[in-house]
Amino acid sequence: MIAQVAFPTPALDIEPILPELALIGFAIVGLLYEAFSRRSEPIVHLVVGLLGVAASGVTALRLWGWDGPSTVLGGAISTDRFGVLARILILSAAALGLLLGHQYFRRSGDEPRGEFTPLLLFATSGMTMIVSAADLIVVFLALEILSLSLYVLTGLTGRRAANEAAMKYFLLGAFSSAFFLYGIAMAYGATGTTKIAALATSLTGGGERALALLALGLLAVGFGFKVSAAPFHMWTPDVYEGAPTAVTAYMSAATKIAAFAALIRVLDVAFQALAWDWGPVIWGLAAISVVLGSVLAIAQTNVKRMLAYSSIAHAGFILTGLTAPGAVGIRAALFYLVAYSAMTLGAFGTVMLVSSRGEDRERLDDYAGLGRTDPVAAGLMTLFLLSLAGIPPTAGFIAKVNVFSAAIGAGYWGLALVGVLASVAAAFFYLRVIVLMYMQEPADEPVPDRPVGLAGPVLALAAVATVALGVFPGLIVEVIREASVLTW
Amino acid sequence: MVRDAAVNKLLTLTTFIPTIGAVMVLVGGRGLKDDAARWLALGVSLVTFVISLIVLGRFDPDLQRFQLVEQARWVESVGLTYTVGVDGISIWLLLLTTFLFPVSILASWTVVSDVRRFMAAMLFLETAVIGTFVALDLLLFFLFFEALLVPMYLLIGGWGGRRRVYAAVKFFLFTMAGSAFLLVAILFLYSRTGGAGFRYDAMLQAASSLPVVTARWLFLAFFVAFAVKVPLVPLHTWLPDAHTEAPTAGSVLLAGVLLKVGTYGLVRFNLMFFPEASRYFTTFVSVLAVIGIVYGAVNALVQSDVKRLVAYSSVSHLGFVVLGLFALTQQSVTGGILQMVNHGLATGALFLLVGMVYERTHTRELDRMGGLAAVMPWLMGAFLFTAFASAGLPGLNGFVGEFLVIVGTFAVSHWFGALAATAVVLAAIYLLWSYERIAHGPVREEHRMLPDLSLREAIVLAPVLALLLVFGVAPRLVTGGIEPAARAVIQRVGPTGHISDVAARDDNSIGVGPIASVP
Repeated sequence: MIAQVAFPTPALDIEPILPELALIGFAIVGLLYEAFSRRSEPIVHLVVGLLGVAASGVTALRLWGWDGPSTVLGGAISTDRFGVLARILILSAAALGLLLGHQYFRRSGDEPRGEFTPLLLFATSGMTMIVSAADLIVVFLALEILSLSLYVLTGLTGRRAANEAAMKYFLLGAFSSAFFLYGIAMAYGATGTTKIAALATSLTGGGERALALLALGLLAVGFGFKVSAAPFHMWTPDVYEGAPTAVTAYMSAATKIAAFAALIRVLDVAFQALAWDWGPVIWGLAAISVVLGSVLAIAQTNVKRMLAYSSIAHAGFILTGLTAPGAVGIRAALFYLVAYSAMTLGAFGTVMLVSSRGEDRERLDDYAGLGRTDPVAAGLMTLFLLSLAGIPPTAGFIAKVNVFSAAIGAGYWGLALVGVLASVAAAFFYLRVIVLMYMQEPADEPVPDRPVGLAGPVLALAAVATVALGVFPGLIVEVIREASVLTW
Repeated sequence: MVRDAAVNKLLTLTTFIPTIGAVMVLVGGRGLKDDAARWLALGVSLVTFVISLIVLGRFDPDLQRFQLVEQARWVESVGLTYTVGVDGISIWLLLLTTFLFPVSILASWTVVSDVRRFMAAMLFLETAVIGTFVALDLLLFFLFFEALLVPMYLLIGGWGGRRRVYAAVKFFLFTMAGSAFLLVAILFLYSRTGGAGFRYDAMLQAASSLPVVTARWLFLAFFVAFAVKVPLVPLHTWLPDAHTEAPTAGSVLLAGVLLKVGTYGLVRFNLMFFPEASRYFTTFVSVLAVIGIVYGAVNALVQSDVKRLVAYSSVSHLGFVVLGLFALTQQSVTGGILQMVNHGLATGALFLLVGMVYERTHTRELDRMGGLAAVMPWLMGAFLFTAFASAGLPGLNGFVGEFLVIVGTFAVSHWFGALAATAVVLAAIYLLWSYERIAHGPVREEHRMLPDLSLREAIVLAPVLALLLVFGVAPRLVTGGIEPAARAVIQRVGPTGHISDVAARDDNSIGVGPIASVP
């Protein structure tokens, strides 16, 4: 007689993954439309994409009041508000990215790409999944979904630079994924589980310390790559420069949110027992990132490359906040992510506007005299740059105060000092663009036509957010506070 | 207290009316004619001045505490509040600011390019400067402190002289580098308040209970930020460039009020927060100040560019202020604070005059002027008058402040007092010598037909020169308000004062009680 073995079947709580399902569903609709329509209309793609994002957003918002179990689907997906907020942020960035992308491909010189919208939705689904993943395996899965989509998006235009960037991104990304996977294996070796909650319990009780530390190190490499923290930043400038500007804008905001949210979950939940060990690691990553990012940006002559290095520095600032374990650090990081998303989307959006077609006119010299030839674009750029530099009364200032305050509260005032000094160096290259725009004469070329189209509302929204979060940060502070408690 | 809370929105009005004006100027867009923008800016700054006079009227100089305090919650998660108020120190700097802005705007009638943006930058700058003087929340102070860089940077870089971009960037980076330390120090102090926020009283409390060594380090962090701003040698190198390249209004405001932000920070934060460290570092700071006094004066002597000359004289005069503050006697501190106001007026007037001369001769080189007294007697007369005031001639405003500083310093150290006194002599030399080179000697051919003061210029100069005289004859007008504030500083930091004494009297002598009691 063979004893009847009862396999435990996980209860199917589908609601917490509806946001992802919605995105994937609409992405497939988009693909089918592209495949079977005789002449695909970009506007249809845009509408399908926005509907997908909206559907995902609505289903995500419903989870804010979730009172079911803290994890569903056999402990794979977490249902906490942290995940909800991160999803909403990512989806906002995706919506703005879709609008920018529509405008990007509508300008002369580029064929419309039907794959753009579905790919962006797939990438977004990976991102929204990673922020709510409660199991390292799911984290890895989501990481691959978002990465693979992003590799293709990067090379979408098929230009030389884009292809090179995509290839580089793919190779380095695959390499870092390997590190990440190996880290998961080590974590499993140390504790016998890949569930984030179980990892936390197991490590609190002791566990295999050496293996756990090794796992932590390997995971840190993987995450360091995704958030583009130095010294794992090598891909960032090339990819940001080579990718279509609309994709860069989307990527710089959404990927950062997703990767940081996952990093927070892993550090502050799974490895919270080892906070004393990862504190210094984060310290080091943060310090190297802010210094390298700020210093190398000075040498750049291409705006997108400069902003790429600045994004490395900003990853460092967010890490600075995360040196404070627990809710304080999470709050600081979340606020920074919101603020940074607004300003980076705005900055890259403005770059797209100025370049008028394809990837031309992205040298710094092209910005000479912009204040005279295109006062609105110059004004927007100034606002976003000042915010990136952390000058009040913009969102960037409050964000910086938050992370430095968190770091100092945790006793890392040295790191805060490094960060603040680096932001002085950073101010130099942000200022240089402002100098070019306002204090130099425009070149004698004719001013190109700059159709604004759907980039207009995107930039307006980013600008309003940049100012509003600087003057009334209280608008989102409560939400962030609610979302900064991770359940497991 | 309830009446206070209900009636007093005066400081907020003073601070933000210029912002409203700036937004109006910008929103007006192309529809707004240049002249309309000028008049609008002038009108707004005059209204601001009138309101600040009402503030003065409401201010009781005998009370040793912050008055007209307004408080509102702002960003609770960060601990940032909107708390403003004035005491006997800041009220004068506030008035100096609101006074110099309309003067500078009227003096900028000759700016012809991008008038709207120029005026908007001026008005934004006014808000930021006033904000730094009235803020009673350290993060709020820092916010204004950083925010004022942007309009000033745009003013220098957009409307300055030949090397304006270099000067503007240098100004920005120097100040920002200094304030980096300030931000970290403020946040560090905040981490010691136990979440009580960035309010002045909470921070003061936290600073009072710091270990001695920590307090000294924090003192240095605050000090670097303000020393760049003052500027003290060797952190002064941005100043001659910025002053020389800035448009006239920029120079006037830079010398008149922006440098005072540095000295104001030294009194308000360094001395009050870290009394032990202040005493510990008093020699170090005094040496820097004396070096600045002498170095600035000697440099002024050898300049051939008249704007650079005035800039170096600023370094020297600001050295006086710092020396007075850190001699830590009642007289010297009073003198130092008074000298802030005096320097703002006198050097502001000098820059106005130099600007007017430049607009006529199109040169700043002393060697290429001469004999102008014959061509424009009124303008040169005003120049001589201002030079006397700046050099500290008795009967004019500079004398009282310098005298108090020197006497007060002498009581502490003969050496510092004596060295400071030599600078008074040097100041007389370089100022009168420059006057001589501009006004006397043969008239150059191309200058023979230059006009004298216009009506607008006379209106610009008259109130400033009048104040130079009034404050010289009746210094009590100002010192009456300053003395109680200076006494509070001395009680806190003076050689005999103990921290515990002051902490026990917190409610009255430091004057932070009222803040705490407003719900």
